[in-house]
Amino acid sequence: MRFAFTDDQKLFRDTVRALLDKECTADVVRKAWDPETNGRSPPLWGKLAELGVVGLRVPEAHGGLGLSEIDFVLLLEESGRAALPEPIVETSAVGAPLLAEIGDASLASAWLPRIATGNARLTVGLAGSAFVADAHVADLLLIQQGGDLYALSRDDVKLVPEHSVDGARRLFRVIWDPSPSKRVASGSAARAVLARSFDRGALGASAMLLGLGRHLIDVTVEYVKVRKQFGSPIGSFQAVKHHLADALVKLEFARPIVYRAAYSMSRTPDAASLHVSMAKAYASDAALLAARAALQCHGAIGYSYEHDLHLWMKRAWALAAAWGDASWHRARVGELVLG
Amino acid sequence: MDLDYTPSEQAFRSEARAWLETNVPKTPLPSGDTAEGFALHRQWEKKLFDAGWAVVSWPEKYGGREATLMEWLIFEEEYYRAGGPQRIAQNGIFLLAPTLFEFGTEEQKDRILPRMASGADLWAQGWSEPNAGSDLAGIKSTAVRDDARGGFRLNGQKTWCTRGAFCDYMFGLFRTDPAAERHRGMTYFLVPLRAPGVTVRPVGRLDGDAGFAEVFLEDAFVPDRDVLGAVNEGWNVAMATTSSERGLTLRSPGRFLATASRLVELYRQSKGRADPTLRDRVVQAWMDAEAYQLYTLQTVTRVMEGGSIGAESSINKIFWSEMDIRTHETALALLGERGELDGGPSAEAAGAWMKGYEFALAGPIYAGTNEIQRNVVAERVLGLPRK
Repeated sequence: MRFAFTDDQKLFRDTVRALLDKECTADVVRKAWDPETNGRSPPLWGKLAELGVVGLRVPEAHGGLGLSEIDFVLLLEESGRAALPEPIVETSAVGAPLLAEIGDASLASAWLPRIATGNARLTVGLAGSAFVADAHVADLLLIQQGGDLYALSRDDVKLVPEHSVDGARRLFRVIWDPSPSKRVASGSAARAVLARSFDRGALGASAMLLGLGRHLIDVTVEYVKVRKQFGSPIGSFQAVKHHLADALVKLEFARPIVYRAAYSMSRTPDAASLHVSMAKAYASDAALLAARAALQCHGAIGYSYEHDLHLWMKRAWALAAAWGDASWHRARVGELVLG
Repeated sequence: MDLDYTPSEQAFRSEARAWLETNVPKTPLPSGDTAEGFALHRQWEKKLFDAGWAVVSWPEKYGGREATLMEWLIFEEEYYRAGGPQRIAQNGIFLLAPTLFEFGTEEQKDRILPRMASGADLWAQGWSEPNAGSDLAGIKSTAVRDDARGGFRLNGQKTWCTRGAFCDYMFGLFRTDPAAERHRGMTYFLVPLRAPGVTVRPVGRLDGDAGFAEVFLEDAFVPDRDVLGAVNEGWNVAMATTSSERGLTLRSPGRFLATASRLVELYRQSKGRADPTLRDRVVQAWMDAEAYQLYTLQTVTRVMEGGSIGAESSINKIFWSEMDIRTHETALALLGERGELDGGPSAEAAGAWMKGYEFALAGPIYAGTNEIQRNVVAERVLGLPRK
């Protein structure tokens, strides 16, 4: 039993953190909200691909790193910390392993190398979700219909925009006519891989939520150290301290649950759904609590649209709701544990 | 990362499980917070010691089997899974012993540790005083040098000493330099409770048992050999103990995993009357126990690889103490009208849940209240200003 990451995994995390600190600033996140643009940054995506992040789960034979969920989880946490406005979960955490697993060699050869080099973005629309994120920039859409999986291009579909509270997230309903020629998996094989894909998405969102929560606490700590009222930094007041301590406690206990879920996805598949549901329930609650504490401790300035806080807070709200919210996942834990 | 137990860890688990299955009393012992129960629990401690299970992680010469910290966790899991009796040796083996290992002389360790491990000497803690609880540095009890006898004379009053009415010794802080600043001038003493000048008065706890005591000291003599660490350095010595208490050793995950399993069992039995809200609370309680185990496994891995436990032990203490209350509240809610029973002909499991609830309610108060813990988290983990 050894519950820790390797030095290499931590080094990779530090490298990604350094890149995102530099390239994915609050200004970049704010620009991703601009409704006049598609909100995405090919140069940033390209740099992440160069580091191997985008193609981390692409098999080496197709030009990726061929690494596992355990290697990826810390990097997704960093992506959350930076509120990265890119389809990293859809393309890299879910799409790439899905393409590698469905057993369609020509589809895999056509797309996996392009993902690894940062030249293709994917999105996924799995059963249980009415909305597809980033469909407007996706070069390939993997959409579930009933028990079948279809691979579609943007030309095959009509996109109906929806409006997320997080302006950097672009959500769509995807309208299309299922045609057998686009079907890439069906039957029991499809069921297993689709179930796994959903769990990978929920795990990815959980890791992002950890990072979002940590950022929300960190920026609030910095703010309450300098903001003075009654002649003292407000961070010296116990009421403020206790809000932030509570948020940190919740987050620190969500962390090992999320890491364990990554381990289970990779090594103990029979336990993966249970462990992922625990992760998503815990990480969602933790990020929402961090968001509440952050807003309350910022006071009115945090409530203003000009301040950066809401960019992170709204991503936390959005990802807490996506891929099954906390209640949904607790219910699934209940089915698996209580029967 | 490797979340499977190694073959040797698995073998350790099997050995512990087999011994516990054979030896844990089939009928629960009476509460160790009563005179009769305490005596029976002392016998149980001896039995554990003789079989090498009392203090698994200690060096062999003190009665341990030099188990790793991970194996200690495994033992704790098996112990609570088997429904092992409460550990009345706990304040000695989990709170004082880590301090002895760090600050004790060879003579002290050789003399004190084996008797502590076998239950021959049982230890109470003597931190709090009537006017010093969370603010431990406010203690007033004194120790005055007695050169003629080669030791110190202790005066003052300690309170809330767990099982102090039945224990043999007490460890605690006394002021040796009244002129020094609050956090200095204290010394850590090991005090015999049956010595002249020491009066122990049992104090009833919330659950009615005499689980507390107050200890009055009137010129009670403690020889030099029972000073732990340097004179006037007691604060630093004591902080090492409170860190163990909050951090890792006092509340191992095994206890909470066993409680969560009992809650799941109770839910299954009372399914007919469980509403969806209660079901959700059962699930959350079960997940909390898992979270606590995983968090601890992370910490143990870090410590085994040379890391230490610092102020983050306060994060731990807040979590387990509040989890324990929520879990018991959920159980009492599942019990419905039987939730008010704490014994008697119809109580069955209900009695244990109410007793457990009363015990859990102490969690956010002892070992530094959770308000203090939140301050520690905010100031020492997050770096917020003290003033």
